Amino acid sequence: MNATTDLANRNTTERRKAEITREFVKSFSIVLVFVGICVLFTSLNQYFFTWNNWLNLLRQSSINGILAIGVTFVILAKGIDLSVGSIMALAGMVAANLVTTGNESPILFAIVAALGTGAVLGLANGALIARINVPPFVATLGMLSMARGLTLIYSDGRPIANLSAPMKWIGSGNVLGMPVPVLIFFAVFVIGWITLSRTTFGRYIYAVGGNEKAARTSGISTRTITASTYVISGLLAGLGGLVLTARTTAALPQAGIGYELDAIAAVVIGGTSLSGGRGSLVGTLFGALIIGTINNGMDLMGVSSYYQQLLKGAIIVLAVIADQIRK
Amino acid sequence: MVDIIHENATEAKSPGGIPFLLEAENVAKAFHGVPALRKGDLKLRPGTVHALCGGNGAGKSTFLNIVMGLLRKDDGTIKIKGHAVDFKSASEALGHGIAIITQELSPVLEMTVAENIYLGREPKRFGAFIDFGALETQAQKLLDDIGFPIRASARMSTLSLAETQLVEIAKALSFDADIVIMDEPTSAIGEHEVHILFAAIERLKSRGSAIIYVSHKLSEIFDIADEFTVFRDGEFIVSGLVRDVNRKELVTHIVGREVKFVEKERPNAGAPILLEVRNLSRNDEFRDISINVAAGEVLGIYGLLGSGRTEFLEAVYGMEKPTSGEVLLAGKQVPRGSPRESIRMGMAMVSEDRKDSGLVLSSSIAHNITLSALSLMAVSGFVKKQKEKEVVEEMIRSQRIKTSSSELNVENLSGGNQQKVVFARCLTTDPRLLICDEPTRGIDEGSKQEIYAFLRDFATKGHGVLVVSSEAPEILQVSDRIAIFKGGQLVDVIDGHGATQQSIMELAS
Repeated sequence: MNATTDLANRNTTERRKAEITREFVKSFSIVLVFVGICVLFTSLNQYFFTWNNWLNLLRQSSINGILAIGVTFVILAKGIDLSVGSIMALAGMVAANLVTTGNESPILFAIVAALGTGAVLGLANGALIARINVPPFVATLGMLSMARGLTLIYSDGRPIANLSAPMKWIGSGNVLGMPVPVLIFFAVFVIGWITLSRTTFGRYIYAVGGNEKAARTSGISTRTITASTYVISGLLAGLGGLVLTARTTAALPQAGIGYELDAIAAVVIGGTSLSGGRGSLVGTLFGALIIGTINNGMDLMGVSSYYQQLLKGAIIVLAVIADQIRK
Repeated sequence: MVDIIHENATEAKSPGGIPFLLEAENVAKAFHGVPALRKGDLKLRPGTVHALCGGNGAGKSTFLNIVMGLLRKDDGTIKIKGHAVDFKSASEALGHGIAIITQELSPVLEMTVAENIYLGREPKRFGAFIDFGALETQAQKLLDDIGFPIRASARMSTLSLAETQLVEIAKALSFDADIVIMDEPTSAIGEHEVHILFAAIERLKSRGSAIIYVSHKLSEIFDIADEFTVFRDGEFIVSGLVRDVNRKELVTHIVGREVKFVEKERPNAGAPILLEVRNLSRNDEFRDISINVAAGEVLGIYGLLGSGRTEFLEAVYGMEKPTSGEVLLAGKQVPRGSPRESIRMGMAMVSEDRKDSGLVLSSSIAHNITLSALSLMAVSGFVKKQKEKEVVEEMIRSQRIKTSSSELNVENLSGGNQQKVVFARCLTTDPRLLICDEPTRGIDEGSKQEIYAFLRDFATKGHGVLVVSSEAPEILQVSDRIAIFKGGQLVDVIDGHGATQQSIMELAS
């Protein structure tokens, strides 16, 4: 009996090791790309490889990273979410309104309001898609416009500034030398990674994205799973909106325009398949870091943002080509 | 290009021409050092149907892909009409008069039948504008010639699955090829269309063409083929005339050992009723169907394509909601339209199409096996890896799934092994009633017998099985009773121990 347990335990450890190796190999190519880009910028600019710049780079990547993690859930379940940029603007606006000087509610209210706004709009997306069978592209394209409209109506087109100190701290504070946005990003990543790889819910997401009909035959409530990925995406968009507002120390009605595309780009560069069922959050993490590094490195070198756009586009296409070749 | 094809066709027809249209010898192919085909031999005579037989992994597909120019051979020779060839692409093979009909359908749904058949080869006016009139006439003539009852002007999206398959066949024949490869051409079509197809094959034969016919349905091979060649484990085993061999001998060649055909015993009379279906209807798909399955019984449902058999199973299982009627399992009402609830009550379903609704191809074998029962292996939503691993290993052993690791993606498995994964997934929830829709489609003979044995065994434990099949021999082999469906109605329920192929086919058509 003891021998069997022993053997079983050893098998488990070996299996775990194998699993880690596999994860690593799968994401190895993207790590390599990331390291390559870092080496390139280090050789081109002496300031690039400094602690301060790394903190800066991580801070710059964190908002896109948070959004991209949410969008990964959606894409894994064979959906798409175009509305995260607009949702974050509205969520940021709602949160800011609660914590301006003169009308200073506890910071917790702002956090709950931002996350709640995101989750509710995400649920609206999910209901349209999973209940009424509106194609995800159309439903979230509609939400992109509607949430932006709501933001403009709510703010009357004006920014909300004069945020309370705790709110500003979310954007510019440090804990143990780490910027708060970066800590939030990593916390979200860890929770997301555990959810996707260790829970039944995570497995169901992969199954629904891989083959919805087979998932349904197997007894999975596919509608609920699909809808929840949009709630998660909306919730994280709300969180992203909160951090963005705190970082810019004002909620702007035009905040977050185009952010959905950067988030999708991070997911795609990270190797998650747009046809669902394949991919990982580790990929998304590095996808977001790669985008952040390119922006940061080229800023340092004084490359015009016009060229940055061009290069980012080229990298997205190259990432997908590399993925095709690997297959 | 067109000229070459005609030239070849005349050559083949000429009396006293070459004895073989295709001669392959010692063809070999390895993938990453693993040989998939070691010794592929095949000799194809003009005017014959040549059945290429073999289990999954026998090397048939690799061989055919080499002949088709989709893969390059590592070794060996292929001669077309006496000339050695080595095709680099499918279009090169097509240029030498080799056409293929595959299982995978790829129609452009928004185009007409005629446009689909001549896609990329449309007759043109002034070299630029498609001559739609000529296109349609040409296509209609082709369809009439081979006897397919389809309008060339019909939109592809209005066609049934069987008709779509016929169009795909017509398309292959439109190349005037003298070697036609048919890979499981009947997997998606009904009995009626099979007759139409066989008539078309006879016409091809009479014009001097030869057909390489691949099918797991042995009865078809005995119906249509003149010669046969068997591959096993990547090697040529034997070839000969179909009329010189019987079913059992052929199966023995394919499997490599003598196969024991499953025997069935009568279930206990007076066993309690497990499944009770009362007056189940769904729109105009099926009407007013009442059926019982007793504990320990296998109930077969036989019917032609479109008889409502699949729709009925899906309604019983809850994939679709019935419009009226009820389903009871062991006396308890099964909630409508929820596979989740059906599983909870003790049902499991092996669905018709592994790729479409049976498996998550992008996931691992292990994850597919545990998909239905994952919540039983989890504590507050977190999967207990150890528990999961035990279940997976037990299932791989008991279902004899051949794989080096349960972490491999299920898409890497052969059809027979994939189907075993589907069965394994169904069994993890410990069901009392197993619903199977075409459980052995596209599976080799050896694995088929294993599945029949499993179904019988499952029933003997006091469980019930409800199985649909379009293959009469299969239904006869596994069923205690046979329900005959026709046009959405239950025609008759007959005793499965005395029924014959003749009797059930007559009732169904």
